[in-house]
Amino acid sequence: MALLSVNDLRTYFHTRAGVVRAVDGVSFSVDKGETLGIVGESGSGKSVACYSLMGLIPKPPGRIESGTADFDGQDLLKMSEKELNQVRGRRVSMIFQDPMTSLNPYLRVEDQLIEPLLLHGLADKATARKKALEMMEQVGIQGAASRIRMYPHEFSGGMRQRVMIAMALITEPDLLIADEPTTALDVTVQAQILELIKTMQQRMHMAVIFISHDLGVVAGFCDRVNVMYAGRIVESGATQSIYYHPSHPYNEALQRSIPALQPKGHELFTIEGQPPDLTKPLAGCSFAARCAHVSDVCRQGNPALKEMKDGHSTACVRVQEGGLELK
Amino acid sequence: MAELLPQPKMPPAADLFEQAEQGHSLWQDAWHRLRKNHMAVIGGIFILIMGMASFFGPMMVEHGYQEQNLELRETPPSADHWLGTDKLGRDLLSRVLYGGRISLTVGLVATAVSLTIGVLYGTISGYCGGKTDAVMMRLVDILYALPFTIFVILLMVFFGRDIRLMFVAIGAVEWLTMARIVRGQVLSLRKQEFIEACIALGLPMWKIIVRHLAPNVLGPVIVYSTLTIPAVMLLEAFLSFLGLGVQEPMCSWGSLIKEGAEIMEEAPWLLLFPGSLFAATLFSLNFLGDGLRDALDPRASKD
Amino acid sequence: MTSETAIPFLDIKGLKTHFPVEKGIFFRKTVATVKAVDGVDLELKQGEILGLVGESGCGKSTLGRTMLQLLEPTAGSVRLEGRELVGLRGSELRAARKDFQMIFQDPYASLNPRMTVYDTLAEAILAHKSVPKKQMPDKVAELMNKVGLSPRFIKKYPHEFSGGQRQRIAVARALAVEPRFLVADEAVSALDVSIQAQIINLLAKLSREMNLTLIFISHDLSVVKHIADRIAVMYLGRIVEIGPAESLFDDPQHPYTRALVSAVPVPDPDRERERQRILLPGDPPSPLNPPKGCTFHPRCPHAVEACNASFPAWSQQGDRQVACIRLGEFE
Repeated sequence: MALLSVNDLRTYFHTRAGVVRAVDGVSFSVDKGETLGIVGESGSGKSVACYSLMGLIPKPPGRIESGTADFDGQDLLKMSEKELNQVRGRRVSMIFQDPMTSLNPYLRVEDQLIEPLLLHGLADKATARKKALEMMEQVGIQGAASRIRMYPHEFSGGMRQRVMIAMALITEPDLLIADEPTTALDVTVQAQILELIKTMQQRMHMAVIFISHDLGVVAGFCDRVNVMYAGRIVESGATQSIYYHPSHPYNEALQRSIPALQPKGHELFTIEGQPPDLTKPLAGCSFAARCAHVSDVCRQGNPALKEMKDGHSTACVRVQEGGLELK
Repeated sequence: MAELLPQPKMPPAADLFEQAEQGHSLWQDAWHRLRKNHMAVIGGIFILIMGMASFFGPMMVEHGYQEQNLELRETPPSADHWLGTDKLGRDLLSRVLYGGRISLTVGLVATAVSLTIGVLYGTISGYCGGKTDAVMMRLVDILYALPFTIFVILLMVFFGRDIRLMFVAIGAVEWLTMARIVRGQVLSLRKQEFIEACIALGLPMWKIIVRHLAPNVLGPVIVYSTLTIPAVMLLEAFLSFLGLGVQEPMCSWGSLIKEGAEIMEEAPWLLLFPGSLFAATLFSLNFLGDGLRDALDPRASKD
Repeated sequence: MTSETAIPFLDIKGLKTHFPVEKGIFFRKTVATVKAVDGVDLELKQGEILGLVGESGCGKSTLGRTMLQLLEPTAGSVRLEGRELVGLRGSELRAARKDFQMIFQDPYASLNPRMTVYDTLAEAILAHKSVPKKQMPDKVAELMNKVGLSPRFIKKYPHEFSGGQRQRIAVARALAVEPRFLVADEAVSALDVSIQAQIINLLAKLSREMNLTLIFISHDLSVVKHIADRIAVMYLGRIVEIGPAESLFDDPQHPYTRALVSAVPVPDPDRERERQRILLPGDPPSPLNPPKGCTFHPRCPHAVEACNASFPAWSQQGDRQVACIRLGEFE
């Protein structure tokens, strides 16, 4: 039984410019202890999808139009604010991209660390303080005892990210959602933080949803990957099959445009055109305008994810019908 | 927006501009946003009406603002005198309109004075930075500490009660905040990369200030000016209330309110009309100013 | 550095940029110094593309700005075709700027939001030469075509373009003065991955076609490897290794370069799982108090006592120059 099971999630933003279909029919699941990567560029809806699960979408322009998100028997999307607060920070935690702005600059680190424990009634203050110190050491902050009473601005970016991880994991959640946690970090610090998350995950048998635009990071970190484009999942499967056997033209194009894999001396491969305007609903596949393998059948209907084999699904109609073989 | 790949056909220069797509400047975006703000629009329209009434009104009203009619002292509103008469039998409508002219003029001119001094001072201080900036701002701090009322009273005592002096006196005090605002804006703009790019291009300093800094500073300046006008008018009213303002037979809303307050119980209309018009004008200017601030907010115009 | 009999196109020697940290209200005293760039030597050939990489605090952006005299160097010399740029002032400096330009990181902030494309580019063209008004639209359209923008958009404002298009406008502006030498300071970092490739292709093409010398500053090694002929790796204000792009990436010599290359994620699941990462302890240090001797030695897995003495002189290793006294002694 999956830990989290999301079905046909739709989150639209009602703006003056039109209705932005940020997430347009997304379904996926995460098993206990599994690492799921959600990959896409900006505007793909990867962050909005997970923010919807946590109830973090600003409700005036945003609205969850439909869908269910079954988390261990309860539907996250139908919960009241009060019920969600029982889940957030305790069973489902989140870490964010910018270490500068994710911590409260006016509170000492210790106070921010013990807050989740106190809020959820998991410990009294004395026990919480001890746990906080333990977490600081576990996340690899040297001299934790003397630094725990410091303020966030006294820490470097990498250290702040470690503190945020400590804060998220102190309640030993079942699921951690990490939204581009290493994008703003130097590459050597990124390596350290990824190693840390991996270690903590193994220690706590935690599931992780890892949102990123960096295909390199996801390759080494995740068990399964969902590739998103224009608010929909276009391909889903085990990491190896996603990278070695792409079965959606967008995924294939993404793989091809990674500089690291391209030989020097030739121009870098680019995907022509621009991502579609999310306020204008398209008939057919949303990638059709930029697809190298487009044909008439692509512009009709509403392509949905279909499993091809071994848990590897694609939303490309041509691949589903067998008319197209990639790589 | 689709991009063409390199080497498309180039149209001849004259056609180029005709065929080019029209761009929408940030000012146009701001104007659209402003128009949607109902309170600001109402405020703006009211000001316009008030302004026209004040400047053209006194010429159209039957009775002159100075015309005394001692038989009709302190009469309530009637067909002949729509707003009644004051203690010397002068038509209140005419005096209110004329007073509006004075008050609005003081507001506009004094704001213009403070704007000129403040923008110049603030731009230089912000652009030069370092020690120059520090010294200039300390001067502003010191001047801030001077009590305004005493300063104006001194000016009035030495130079007499000339209305032009009031423009100068008020403007000379209001420029301080304008300078601070402009300096802050210039300081933050200076760090923006497009200014650095101008330097990198080799543009001379005056061009950078005029073509690049000034237009981008304009936003907060416009907003603050619109909010300074009511503040100035209030100052003038304060002076008039103290008896330091305009001299008889000239009147401003401030002096009218003073007169009205003196005989409030016997002739309430003498306080009511000038007071409510004044308040309405102040409200309108504030709504307009707030609306401008929201419309010109740079965050709202980034995509 | 590689020595040539001819004068190098760009010759930088002993360049230092230090920022004093001052305290006090009236009598400001320097209590500390941020040594952002602390002794850099570089020689570039005309038409060469040099990749400058490093992490936060290494000084690469400061180095780029100092080279272009947007920051005043504390010491050292920058010679462009033999002409000394350090010390130029006023109108002399402004006139010299015709030869070197910069492309900035933030496509939103590097253009004046109140000027149309036409205004921006025309101003740049006019900065160093006079062009009759009638011919200006043609010249601007020519520039736009060169960077792959349709002249149809000539009257539009920056906020009406996407990030990638804005960056193209910035490139066009830099090219308008007909420079010999460009510095791209993290010019693609703020763009989406698919747009990055477009801008990189554009810069590489322009450099080839116009024989432009380009210094490409980035923290993204894989991107730099693709566009650059040579790569210089910076750490804490100094260059620690410099050599041909591909070989530096495939076979890094300096301990820091090795750690850096090993930290770059590769989009290949099997390789990722197998590889052994070199994890450096701690965070990249601040240039406020650089360590004595080799700036990297406090975090270096191969450090010895002698590393504390002074910053290592260059050692030549094949096509590479490495600043490490223990070069070749470890695997």
